[in-house]
Amino acid sequence: MARIAGIDLPKNKRGVIGLTYIYGIGRSRAQEILDASGISQDKKVSEWNDDELSKIRGYITAGVKTEGELRSEVQLNIKRLMDIGCYRGLRHRKGLPLRGQRTRTNSRTRKGKRKTVAGKKKATK
Amino acid sequence: MARSIKKGPYVDHKLMRKVDVLNESRKKTVVKTWSRRSLIIPDFVGHTFAVHNGNKFIPVYVTENMVGHKLGEFAPTRTFKGHSK
Repeated sequence: MARIAGIDLPKNKRGVIGLTYIYGIGRSRAQEILDASGISQDKKVSEWNDDELSKIRGYITAGVKTEGELRSEVQLNIKRLMDIGCYRGLRHRKGLPLRGQRTRTNSRTRKGKRKTVAGKKKATK
Repeated sequence: MARSIKKGPYVDHKLMRKVDVLNESRKKTVVKTWSRRSLIIPDFVGHTFAVHNGNKFIPVYVTENMVGHKLGEFAPTRTFKGHSK
């Protein structure tokens, strides 16, 4: 079982893909890690031996911010925006999009499920 | 699209001059400005700016965390308070 950064990697996937299960590692970061450790990207996670595994672990702990550490950094950045009271911080507080997107329609990712407001009557025929 | 590093930070000359005068005389007065587009540079820290929002001047006390933002980000131009119940 390959366990890196507190995450169990899927056994039967290719190394590059397997590593992306860790928060903070995407495709390009995964490629970079495997290249630096001299491991073929096509090798399955289950085929890594202990030596290779420790190389990967070493690389990640040395230079890659992952999981909890990264999450807290992101949260701190958001908190900073909210504390200084800038426009982006205000948008974070209100749960609206930050980058000038329209909010008349869409932007459901930020706003969450639709909250229907009663009162608008349907036109009668 | 971010501004080219080659050009350096953008601050309106007028505003820069006002702040320089303040820094030299070690005074802390409110600087009234319309220049929302000016970047907050480290020289601004500790000063209070009255930033125009199109209607009123919003007092903005600049702290270290604000460096790198624009003055306009701290003076909202819209006044949406929520829908009536």
